[in-house]
Amino acid sequence: MDLNQTPVCRDQLHESRALSATQATPDEVLIGRIANGDRLAMQVLFARHHVRVFRFVLRLVREEATAEDLISEVFLDVWRQAGKFEGRSQVSTWLLAIARFKALSVLRRKPELELDEETAGAIEDTSDTPDVTLEKKQKADIIRKCLSGLSAEHREIIDLVYYHEKSVEEVAEIVGIPEATVKTRMFYARKKLAELLKAQGIERGWP
Amino acid sequence: MTANKNEAETLPEDVELLLPWHAAGTLSRRDAARVEQALANDNELAARYELVREELGETIRLNETLGAPSARAMQALFAKIDAEPARKPRASFNISLWLTDFIAGFSPRTLAYGATAAALAIVLQAGILAGVFVKDGGTGFTTASFTQGTEGAYVSVRFNPQASAADMTKFLADNSATIVGGPAAGGMFKLRISNGTMSDQDLSAAAKKMSANPVVGFAVPAH
Repeated sequence: MDLNQTPVCRDQLHESRALSATQATPDEVLIGRIANGDRLAMQVLFARHHVRVFRFVLRLVREEATAEDLISEVFLDVWRQAGKFEGRSQVSTWLLAIARFKALSVLRRKPELELDEETAGAIEDTSDTPDVTLEKKQKADIIRKCLSGLSAEHREIIDLVYYHEKSVEEVAEIVGIPEATVKTRMFYARKKLAELLKAQGIERGWP
Repeated sequence: MTANKNEAETLPEDVELLLPWHAAGTLSRRDAARVEQALANDNELAARYELVREELGETIRLNETLGAPSARAMQALFAKIDAEPARKPRASFNISLWLTDFIAGFSPRTLAYGATAAALAIVLQAGILAGVFVKDGGTGFTTASFTQGTEGAYVSVRFNPQASAADMTKFLADNSATIVGGPAAGGMFKLRISNGTMSDQDLSAAAKKMSANPVVGFAVPAH
């Protein structure tokens, strides 16, 4: 990734955003049609959002089969609840909020799917010293490995902000916490990531 | 998931907390300007911002490697939908969503989600509200077309894609017509042209007259 790009240019990385800019039917319109039982509208909405919802859920539950089961449940809820959607938030925000609720329900039923922070912190290649690890692997690979090693709470907020492009307000709505807490939670997620990176031999000079 | 115990520690300035959203391009214009100014005046903050962008890039890459669900997910969804009880068309609906749907039915060349669309929405909303009554003490709206037993004379119309918002508004006003439904298949809108009933002959004549208007692609009597 070109680190010199501006925030605006970053949008060009996302094909889905480009798609949304040219899509023929806004999500809100599809929801209105789904509320009237339009299956085609449901198919369009599913096609437009299911990959991102799947990835969001998969990062939380870490099991593909469970994530696949969950996305059909998420969109079934959309089918059932479309008439209650008031358009106060983006449809994608609504979808992620439903997905999060369902993923957390699964995690409560199957706690073995969650990786606690102690386990996450222990993720490292013990066969090499940190210096050797740096020589063998690309820094980017290690960052991604450490991103996967974060707790579900921290993975969730990092994904929502960086990948799903949600604002402070939208994250607050999805996660159900105050906006101030969203900012601090993101800060501590990044701090935890820095600690994991340090344990892998990457010292970034922060925090 | 519970809140992190470490979250009671000392926090940096608000502008530093906003760096991830600045990198993602999801800040308001005002906050983005505030962050930009801070970055320009603080080299240390600018260095931290580079770390944020590094994280952002790798988070995107990580998610993009996750792949996509199999067709099983969609099959399961529609099997469940098929098992749902049949749904009756709603008797009421959200007027703002209806207007959005209405606007979405036009050609992007004519209404490109811009000022023209906004102006049309305002004008049409005024017109539509004349044919709409508040239901259940103001908890929602119901159009006359969705009310069983309402009398009136109706035509189905498809507007010319090249017609402007002003043209369509004038057409509705000239014909004392109110949009009460649509867009249906083929971009058809249902217009009420009279509150009373009309003979088939008069209705056909009215539809024929409308068809001759350049704003309209074609018009046919509707019931």
